[in-house]
Amino acid sequence: MSDSSTPPLTTADGVPLKVSLRRAVRRSKLKALLLVSPLLLFLGIAFVMPIFDMLWRSVDNPEVSTTLPRTVSALEDWDGESVPDEPVFAALVEDLQEGQKERNLGLLSSRLNYEKSGMRSAVSRTARRLRTLEPPYRETLIEINDAWGELDTWQLIQRESSPYTLSYYLAAMDRQFSPQGEIVKVPEYLQIHATLFWRTFWMSAVITLATLVLGYPIAFLLANLPLRQSNLLMILVLLPFWTSLLVRTTTWIAILQSQGVLNDVMVALGVIADEARWQLIHNKTGTIIAMTHILLPFMILPLYSVMKTIPPSYMRAARSLGGRPFLCFRRVYFPLTIPGIAAGGILVFILSIGYYITPALVGGQSGRFITNYIAYHMQTSLNWGLAAAIASILLLVVVVFYWIFNRLIGVDKVKLG
Amino acid sequence: MTQSLQAEPAVDETQVVDTSFARFINVQKSYDGVELVVKDFNLDIQKGQFVTLLGPSGSGKTTCLMMMAGFETPTHGEILLKGEPINDLPPHKRGIGMVFQNYALFPHMSVAENLAFPLEVRHLSKNDIKQKVQRALAMVRLEEFGDRRPAQLSGGQQQRVALARALVFEPELVLMDEPLGALDKNLREEMQYEIKRIHASLGVTMIYVTHDQTEALTMSDRIAVFNDGVVQQLATPEALYEEPENAFVAYFIGENNRLCGDVIDYQSDICRVQLDSGDTVLAKPVAVSEVGARTTLSLRPERVSILADDDASFENCFTARVQEVIYLGDHLRTRLSVCGNDEFILKTPNAEGAAGLRPGQTIRVGWSSSDCRALDA
Repeated sequence: MSDSSTPPLTTADGVPLKVSLRRAVRRSKLKALLLVSPLLLFLGIAFVMPIFDMLWRSVDNPEVSTTLPRTVSALEDWDGESVPDEPVFAALVEDLQEGQKERNLGLLSSRLNYEKSGMRSAVSRTARRLRTLEPPYRETLIEINDAWGELDTWQLIQRESSPYTLSYYLAAMDRQFSPQGEIVKVPEYLQIHATLFWRTFWMSAVITLATLVLGYPIAFLLANLPLRQSNLLMILVLLPFWTSLLVRTTTWIAILQSQGVLNDVMVALGVIADEARWQLIHNKTGTIIAMTHILLPFMILPLYSVMKTIPPSYMRAARSLGGRPFLCFRRVYFPLTIPGIAAGGILVFILSIGYYITPALVGGQSGRFITNYIAYHMQTSLNWGLAAAIASILLLVVVVFYWIFNRLIGVDKVKLG
Repeated sequence: MTQSLQAEPAVDETQVVDTSFARFINVQKSYDGVELVVKDFNLDIQKGQFVTLLGPSGSGKTTCLMMMAGFETPTHGEILLKGEPINDLPPHKRGIGMVFQNYALFPHMSVAENLAFPLEVRHLSKNDIKQKVQRALAMVRLEEFGDRRPAQLSGGQQQRVALARALVFEPELVLMDEPLGALDKNLREEMQYEIKRIHASLGVTMIYVTHDQTEALTMSDRIAVFNDGVVQQLATPEALYEEPENAFVAYFIGENNRLCGDVIDYQSDICRVQLDSGDTVLAKPVAVSEVGARTTLSLRPERVSILADDDASFENCFTARVQEVIYLGDHLRTRLSVCGNDEFILKTPNAEGAAGLRPGQTIRVGWSSSDCRALDA
């Protein structure tokens, strides 16, 4: 509670102290800003802008509204109960003629085809006959392609006439709009994303758990061995960082494939029969093994940084107070490492759900992650809107996990050494 | 455990085998197989005693404590507790309370949970635990702090919690590893009395490690002075200060003037030493036994007197030149040049008329031969 009657502090020449202080630090602040500005610029262009572009693309829906403006406005008075009348068809033909000149019918046909298969050929066939068309158009167009005579085609055009759409997000979650505009599941044979999301999450959880189980003892040794040995161990932990990711992944292929090192050894030792070789790669097992190995350092390092701060006297105190070694570990040491476990866990989990190259190389069909589908939509199906929607969902999941972690543990606990 | 403190006088160690409570027998310890950190350590501790292991850092005192606690294994020798060898007993079965240098309070548990830990692992009932924790908190005067986390306590309070935790399960032996090292001076003195009080009221045996001689002198029944892995002297605080047996102890405990020379005349209770400056001094032979031996004379600064010109009441009288006078409030330290030693310190109480010395002045000083101990070189 500051007393409002006391005058603000001033320097000797009467300038308010705060103003004077601000003036004094302005120069150094400016200098600091100047020093980081290249990085800020780089981050802005290479990180922030792409993210916003991706979020934008996931809802952006310009195709119908820009290519079929006349049709859209002609559909405004439509009752939606039956196939529209001649004026709408006339508007469509005019739009298509315009679109052919502008050469953007391809985008339109792909966009419509995402929602209703067969629309690509409906648009392209109609476009090919545009020059010879004579009014009245309604019957002719329906004759050219049945799609124009179907009610849901027109419902689709009307629904997607808005410049923004949720249909990419729905597709990302195996949902779509029914002709009546309700959100329904897509037919079972088209459901793929939900399975992939689910698989990505549970396999990431398994990988996180595996890195924890394997990494915890190593981190303990790192933190407690004499300096010489722990330095050597640290080099071994960091070694994977100096090796190409591709090399590490392909090495796993060489080891795990059915004619690979491991299977050959097992057959030679008589552990397994030659015709019953283990299928360890190009499936979920392969993905889990390879990714556990690759992400292990990201678990070990945060664990190590926390364990390093736990003085050995805590365990000694617990022992001297009468606790058996395991009880001391459970009651004293383990609780103190929870921030490290959480930090390593969140790091590995977040990296894992966004991992692309390893599942692509060793995952086969069954061990693929949702990221492989993002790549598929980016490179093969060219449905960037859907790719952006899937990626945005992943981003949201990461942000939610991050938020939970920050609330429970505090993000300042994530340290790598 | 309400037995009162029994301060045993320093007696011949070999005769008390049956009554000894904790015992080190010819204990040696090496970490690297090249160097011995502890060389042939022997110590007998009676029940209820407060024994301090005192020495500079790296002298092996903490290692001895850790061997008693079970965190280090002796390379050679035996450690007995109540007559039983405990070399192979793991720490949690020894039932020894321990206070660590940085307290080692569990940061994720409240003060009460910290105190309850040793009781829970002993499967006491909830009621018993609650009572004992409350009693232990009362003992260290922290009744109100049971729900706090250690980090919310001051250094002194943490220290007291650590003490209470080491005592709450009623061990018969408590080890303390420089427990007051992290406290400031005033708090340290306060805690010294607190520990002393608790020791006296519980009658528990304590082994205390410190490098602070004042702390050792204030608190202990007996002190083992360590240097270089060897016990230099094991004695009561008075004996250690008044009758140091070798040059290290004399130098390490309290302040000490050193004069080096050779024995030129020797009898069993007195000897004559020719100093390197040529002067001869009468001294009490402690660690010398023959003519010709090299010796260091040890003389406490407060046992040197300033003499009037005609005063001849001491065997040893010398002319001294005042180099420096330092005013220390209750006493004055005067640095003198005597017998070729420029670092000769004279301590005089700040009584009336004491502050008359000026640098450059020449005075006469003297001391009795019984205060001047001829130790090893």
